[in-house]
Amino acid sequence: MATIATTAVPVVPKRRFTFGRTAAWAFMILVIFLSLFPFYWMLRTALSSNNALYAGSDSLLPVQFSWGGFARVFGLQTGQEAIDAGGAGQPIQFWHYLLNSVIVSSLVTGGQVFFSAMAAYAFARLQWRHREKVFAFFLAGLMIPAIFTLLPNFVLIKQLGLVDTLLGIALPTMLMTPFAVFFLRQFFLGISREVEEAALVEGASKVRVFFRLILPMSSAPLATLAILTYITSWNDYFWPLMVSYTDRSRVLTVALGVFKSQTPQTGPDWSGLMAATLVAALPMLLLFCFFAKRIVNSIGFSGIK
Amino acid sequence: MAISTSTPVTRAAPAGRVPAKRRDDTRLAILFIAPALIGFLVFMVWPTLRGIYLSFTKFNLLTPPTWTGLDNYIRMAQDPVFWNALKVTVYYVVVNIAVQTAVALVIAVMMQRLTRRTWLRGIVLTPYLVSNVVAALVFLWVLDYQLGIANHVISWLGLDRIAFLSDSTWVIPTIALINVWRHVGYTALLIFAGLQTIPETVYEAARVDGASEITMFRRITIPLLRPIIALVLIITVVGSFQVFDTVAITTRGGPVDSSRVLQYYIYDMAFGRFQFGYASAMSVALLIILVVITFVQYRLTRAESSDLA
Repeated sequence: MATIATTAVPVVPKRRFTFGRTAAWAFMILVIFLSLFPFYWMLRTALSSNNALYAGSDSLLPVQFSWGGFARVFGLQTGQEAIDAGGAGQPIQFWHYLLNSVIVSSLVTGGQVFFSAMAAYAFARLQWRHREKVFAFFLAGLMIPAIFTLLPNFVLIKQLGLVDTLLGIALPTMLMTPFAVFFLRQFFLGISREVEEAALVEGASKVRVFFRLILPMSSAPLATLAILTYITSWNDYFWPLMVSYTDRSRVLTVALGVFKSQTPQTGPDWSGLMAATLVAALPMLLLFCFFAKRIVNSIGFSGIK
Repeated sequence: MAISTSTPVTRAAPAGRVPAKRRDDTRLAILFIAPALIGFLVFMVWPTLRGIYLSFTKFNLLTPPTWTGLDNYIRMAQDPVFWNALKVTVYYVVVNIAVQTAVALVIAVMMQRLTRRTWLRGIVLTPYLVSNVVAALVFLWVLDYQLGIANHVISWLGLDRIAFLSDSTWVIPTIALINVWRHVGYTALLIFAGLQTIPETVYEAARVDGASEITMFRRITIPLLRPIIALVLIITVVGSFQVFDTVAITTRGGPVDSSRVLQYYIYDMAFGRFQFGYASAMSVALLIILVVITFVQYRLTRAESSDLA
């Protein structure tokens, strides 16, 4: 870390107060350490054997290196082996929960981005009466905190018979969020009209313009929105906790909570728990590795102000 | 907004009031807007109205709701657990927001002044990529009284071990700091984005006049950043009031009621005791609190005006 840090310094013109700069770097290194240490601790604990953790809990390296924690997460240990190793004895269907999470997040992301893009195009480019009024109505939706609609939405999902289904988890955010519509409308407004007009003059329909011109030209903001939506949906806990009752619709976050409550109260299976948290966090961390620059640069006020 | 309305007007004007063939897209627009509008009406507008309606009823989910007027609100006013939950939530929000905003501001300014490299922003943002559930579980382990590494460090320093999550005085600050860990990078990047709007020439001019980094921070950065910080506060305070995940995973409201935040009490009332009417009434109370806070903050910090403009 230090070597990267020193090579980065010359980017900024030299300042006089080297003491201040040293202190500032010391602070940043502390921030980096605190940000990353819990991830190391997850890995260190997951690779320890659970029974040895109690004696060696102050060791900074894995205690009695073992893949047991991961084996319990992926259901590779028999019930008795797991109990002997300090686990819960019930197999965790990790792959099943992972699949559920992927399905829910993909439904939410695909639906929300596509339908919001259609609406945003109607607000940005199509000519129709009451357009601005309807848009203002949508914007008012930004004022409603998500948490307020959860209870009534649960009642609705129950009436629709969608409790304990993946569709029930995905549906409320699958069709739109006011933010997504607002965010995309801003981008569509910024696209030059000339190309669009040219296509229209040549006889292309507006539907064709939307699919063949607007969507490809907005691939960057669409991708950004999609990635952020995917992360938010993947990490959501409260709503899926309400809707899913059984393994059928359990997503990773809810499964982690269940796993935690199943572990023996005295002497929890920390190595199994940390292995589970790590594999649950891994897909988003991998996504971040691929799209770090895009994600980091997307955070700002371009969409909000 | 300006672009969208001005162009059609100038183009349509020569043709008079009669719309050209392609000018009116009402039918296509209805088609394009239908999915989003259905989603908006069914999953946002309708639940909002229904939530308000349910707050005036007795409802256990199995039988239809029965109108009980203001009963739920009267009960709320007399419910000590509700007032305690409100107090605990406000305490949580104050600690969470104060620490998070201060640390995020320092991180943002340092990133601005030291290096703007993406890798540093990436590292700072990493905790935001994991769910609240993951963050809660990791810290449950790190902060464990007997085995947690944090308590080992504390005892190596010769201090008394702290029961972070099972002591009623420590539990709320601890939960607040767990959530600071997850969200501080995101907040820092929001502020960092705001810092990019301050022209570098302002700093150069100040440096020519011999201003120190501290003076520049106080006299340039803070005043010019005020509208950004105001927006950040509005977003983070509203989010902070909705704390639930961390409490549900780590303490379930305990010890006794010392971490029973409002949202957890509402959840418990609805799904633990099936009193959806009363739970809805408390949700309405939370909604009103959030709307009032947003409004007051907006006025106090004059979020709409910028000193740069």
